[in-house]
Amino acid sequence: MLALENISVTWDDFTLTADLAVEAGETVAVIGPSGAGKSTLLAAIAGFLPLVSGRITWEGRDLSPLSPGDRPISILFQDQNLFPHLTIAENIGLGLNPALRLTAGDRARVEQALERTGLAGLGHRRPGQLSGGQQSRAALARVLLRARPLFLLDEPFSALGPALKAEMLDLVAEIAAETGATVLMVSHDPGDARRIAARTILVEGGRAHPPEPTGRLLDHPPESLRAYLGN
Amino acid sequence: MARRAQPIAALSAAVVLALTLGTLAAVFARASGLPELGPADLAALRFTILQATLSAILSAALAVPVARALARRRFPGRGILITLLGAPFILPVIVAVLGLLAVFGRAGLFNRGLEFLGLPPVTIYGLQGVVLAHVFFNLPLATRLILQGWLSIPAERFRLAASLSMGPSEIARFLERPMLRSVLPGTVTAIFLICLTSFAVALTLGGGPRATTIELAIYQAFRFDFDLGRAAALASVQFVLCLLAVLLAGRAARETGFGAGLDRQVERWDAGSVWLKVQDAAALILVSIFLLLPLGALLEAGLPRLATLPAPVWESALRSLAVAVSSAVLILVLALPLALAAAGRRQAGLWEISAMLPLTASSLVTGTGLFILLRPFFAPGDVALPVTVLVNAAMALPFAYRSLLPPARDAETDFGRLAESLGMTGLARLRLVTLPRLRRPLGFALGLTAALSMGDLGVIALFAGEETATLPLQLYRLMGAYRMADAAGAAVLLLGLSLALFWVFDRGGRVNARA
Repeated sequence: MLALENISVTWDDFTLTADLAVEAGETVAVIGPSGAGKSTLLAAIAGFLPLVSGRITWEGRDLSPLSPGDRPISILFQDQNLFPHLTIAENIGLGLNPALRLTAGDRARVEQALERTGLAGLGHRRPGQLSGGQQSRAALARVLLRARPLFLLDEPFSALGPALKAEMLDLVAEIAAETGATVLMVSHDPGDARRIAARTILVEGGRAHPPEPTGRLLDHPPESLRAYLGN
Repeated sequence: MARRAQPIAALSAAVVLALTLGTLAAVFARASGLPELGPADLAALRFTILQATLSAILSAALAVPVARALARRRFPGRGILITLLGAPFILPVIVAVLGLLAVFGRAGLFNRGLEFLGLPPVTIYGLQGVVLAHVFFNLPLATRLILQGWLSIPAERFRLAASLSMGPSEIARFLERPMLRSVLPGTVTAIFLICLTSFAVALTLGGGPRATTIELAIYQAFRFDFDLGRAAALASVQFVLCLLAVLLAGRAARETGFGAGLDRQVERWDAGSVWLKVQDAAALILVSIFLLLPLGALLEAGLPRLATLPAPVWESALRSLAVAVSSAVLILVLALPLALAAAGRRQAGLWEISAMLPLTASSLVTGTGLFILLRPFFAPGDVALPVTVLVNAAMALPFAYRSLLPPARDAETDFGRLAESLGMTGLARLRLVTLPRLRRPLGFALGLTAALSMGDLGVIALFAGEETATLPLQLYRLMGAYRMADAAGAAVLLLGLSLALFWVFDRGGRVNARA
């Protein structure tokens, strides 16, 4: 279980508070108006923003003393998820060893991950030579190999078309199922939430609310969410 | 990375502090009391500020059209031109002054042209000569710095601008002027600082009560009067002056905030008009003539003598190569940790000051301080080369740091969190992220350091005996002995070796560079 116990984080002059828990293995969407603090919430969990108060635990273990790389977390940002100067295979290999010291077995696993994500034969290319969808697949392949129990997505597919995005979300769901990961996915599209998340965290007014069943939340949205959804 | 670079950066800063403030303190300790500054010293102060201001503003202003032309044009020979633009700055000062005299001197091409037109001759000596030489040296540096600013604008921004049907003036307004606003203040203040401590130019083209810099006055106080007290007083004036300018430069450095692109090839859709092509061509041709003519005149005199240079010249050339490569290796240890440490923080003041501090110290004052400090323990001739390596690396630090900081900041902004989230730390992060992202500016910084060190005639003159002369010192001795033909030959050799060193390193950073 991921538990955010009365946390508060500050980014410039913006403060976000949360007191909630997410079950292990669950996939949860994070929705809310722009600037409400969705990215701040993920940055805090990933360890990029220090907590002003409260604590974050995973399976009872306090994450605060851990640096971002040591947390049981994989994260995909809105952009810059791949190093442009490294090949796709190298970028993916970083998921196995951050110093890129790969054994023959590791290399085979990178090849498998490439195949698994539909990138077979593209390992020697650089990110600039791939399409947006292929870049997303490469980033997901790395998450697959890192196999951390928590997977945070900060709208990494927002630049993709609907079909491609749906495809990526299905891939996320498959990877989550294969690795047993708990997924927190920021999205501004309620359709995304319905597609893969049984429960949804609403972030608004500087507060992240405990997850509620996605269908109920979206069908009977509170006032602030209704204004955002526009229906 | 940034956090882990801090202890090493602290070590670098300590070395720099010892070399600058430490040696200054040694000079003061040796000097007895501070005499008052006379009217001649105040005149030197005024002249120093005047020539440095004129030189800095002229260099930067002239560099903008040249950098713009290089940024938006692709033509055969562009790479060679960019490499050549590095030449005057890394040109040994005495060699360059010889070349400028051949063009602008009393019997030079320029005055012969004026004579042909029936106009009175102009003299290169005095303020105009000092400024001319400084622009000759610093216009190319300014161009390279500003060109780097241009190349730091991601190709995606130009593509976006083209898709919004922005013309040249809109692109200037939304992309180029913001970039220039962030790059120019740093460029101007950096050149202002270089010119404040410039010594050999004032020695050869200035002099007299109306064109003496503080640096020249220090030299005269040391050399002719051995008046350490007055030299120390002048050194302190120089130090305060430069410190103020460094603080100014620290404030002048701003971030561009263009964000990251995907390293696509820059293509320009806005520069197709004939008028802009003519404008760019004119800028490139004029600057090429200004920079190449003096070198051409020098080559004409020196090349025929190259084969018959005496053996000591070749021996000194080998010594100089060893010194230059060692300085380049040392600059990596000094500049990279400081740039990385500064890039990791919003307030980089302490690292910035450490890296810029060598600009406040003249190599003359540093050399004398080391001379005083080391004389009880070593014979000056025995440590001449190590001391030269150390001081040359320190003197090159501000330039190396300046070229490393912006890309180090970009790498941190763009990929810091990604590397952090993947647990990339220490040497692995250095090898996989930092060095590849900084390859180009690193090649440039190392090339600059090697070439500056190759051509330096400062500290070595204070320390070297007969057997430890470097090539520039050997050249200086040839000139002193009025063996001008051999001097020209040695100058060509020195020029060739300096350029070759710069080319090898700079090329190393750019060839196959994916970042």
